[in-house]
Amino acid sequence: MEKIIAGATVQVNDEGYLTDHHQWNREIANEIAEEEGIELTERHFEVITFIQDQYAAEVPLTIRKIGKSGIVDIKEFYQLFPNGPLKKASRIAGIPKPVSCI
Amino acid sequence: MKQLLILGAGSAGTMLLNHLSKTINAKEWQITIIDQSKLHYYQPGFLFLPFDIYSEKDVIKEGNKFIPPGCKLIQAKIEKIFPGEQTVKLEDGQEIRYDILVIATGSQIAPQEVEGMLGESWQKNIFDFYTFEGAVNLRNFLRKWNGGKMVVHITEMPIKCPVAPLEFAFLADWYFTRKGIRNKVDITYVTPLSGAFTKPIASKKLGYLLSEKSIKIVPDFAIERVDTVNKKIISYDDIQVPYDLLVTVPTNMGDEAIARSGIGDDLNFVPTNKHTLQSKTYDNIFVVGDATDIPTSKAGSVAHFEAEIVVKNILSYMKNQPLRESFDGHANCFVETGFNKAMLIDFNYDHQPTDGVFPIKGIGPLPLLKESRLPHWGKHAFKWIYWNMLLKGRKVPFISPNMSKDGKNLEEN
Repeated sequence: MEKIIAGATVQVNDEGYLTDHHQWNREIANEIAEEEGIELTERHFEVITFIQDQYAAEVPLTIRKIGKSGIVDIKEFYQLFPNGPLKKASRIAGIPKPVSCI
Repeated sequence: MKQLLILGAGSAGTMLLNHLSKTINAKEWQITIIDQSKLHYYQPGFLFLPFDIYSEKDVIKEGNKFIPPGCKLIQAKIEKIFPGEQTVKLEDGQEIRYDILVIATGSQIAPQEVEGMLGESWQKNIFDFYTFEGAVNLRNFLRKWNGGKMVVHITEMPIKCPVAPLEFAFLADWYFTRKGIRNKVDITYVTPLSGAFTKPIASKKLGYLLSEKSIKIVPDFAIERVDTVNKKIISYDDIQVPYDLLVTVPTNMGDEAIARSGIGDDLNFVPTNKHTLQSKTYDNIFVVGDATDIPTSKAGSVAHFEAEIVVKNILSYMKNQPLRESFDGHANCFVETGFNKAMLIDFNYDHQPTDGVFPIKGIGPLPLLKESRLPHWGKHAFKWIYWNMLLKGRKVPFISPNMSKDGKNLEEN
């Protein structure tokens, strides 16, 4: 479905995740983060960039991988994106949430 | 003679070996397969061992039964792969040269990755069911258990057979009901993902299953440690889930030989082209089954479909032709839901599991993404198909390696 985020018309799924990550920009990230109750800082964007790079390289994202990224440890990752950091950070980064097969 | 070497005689390696032995020019190529185990395990059967539905004899056979004539089996542990020298070194120091290498070394549990998991309680009141030993020990525990808090837990993705923990919870509900102690057992399903079902269609159609079976769910749980003294698992954001019996799926990792060889990612999975199944780094290395890092399920059905695809690409590579066969991530799984019912799911990289019929449009006979009795019997018939058809490289009628769209309601995707 279509949604207007930060003045831009983008495609999102039922759970509000962008379905085309090319439509992402920092303003969109800020507005999605606000919906999640998070105010983004440069520190958040460092993590978001890492997540987007991993997604582009088709590397499956896990909490462990973020912890070993050298960018942020797992405790800080939770502080930056409380309650389900991987799915929240993914949504703000404009990529799909981590899923299983069903 | 040129040498084609397969590492690992599990599902993927054995199926590929049998396909190759039927198609390869045996005057030019010698095929050798290496595995450290004498035994071949039917791993889907591990799910049924804890509940006394299968016994040991259902899941084990001698591995050499499945080695076709003319192929060589070496029973040894692999020390290291040297892609530059095109050799594989074995534990006893022997070096084996190859022209083409196939890595099929699978994945295994790594309970040591979580603090406290692999301690005194391991195999006492903390069990896995992804190993033969774990499944048997858990069965012996359950035979005497009178009830309490059972936690079914997934450490982190990716794991082999992602639906198995959910099937385990469903079968446990059935098992304790049969034993007459269901009211004394509290079942909680703990997952690092957003829920038991994460794909939209499956969530919508199957969400009822957990509440119907009184299975509690704790989502978004990333485990930090196991507190075996107070019998609790604790997440990074300090959520605590108490247990009397912890059935966990530990971190899954590729073989340590992959780490020793320096050719894997941080979980020892080998970077692999998701369509051609060729190594991303070395042209003369192909990777099949759980050993790859490709974004589909780690499952026997995937290994089966990959084997049919990669055999053609290996033959093309031998003739210096482009690799034309493209894998679509196809997986096909029976999901046990207990009480003699199951459902079938069929999906690939692009299409999530959806409803419809399988394998023939308008006929089925198997319904997709819907509980019924027929898929349950299908799952049990599958054991025979595995030992007698799949491992030996015999085609299963009507089942194609890439996903068929016939009979599926794909408009919802």
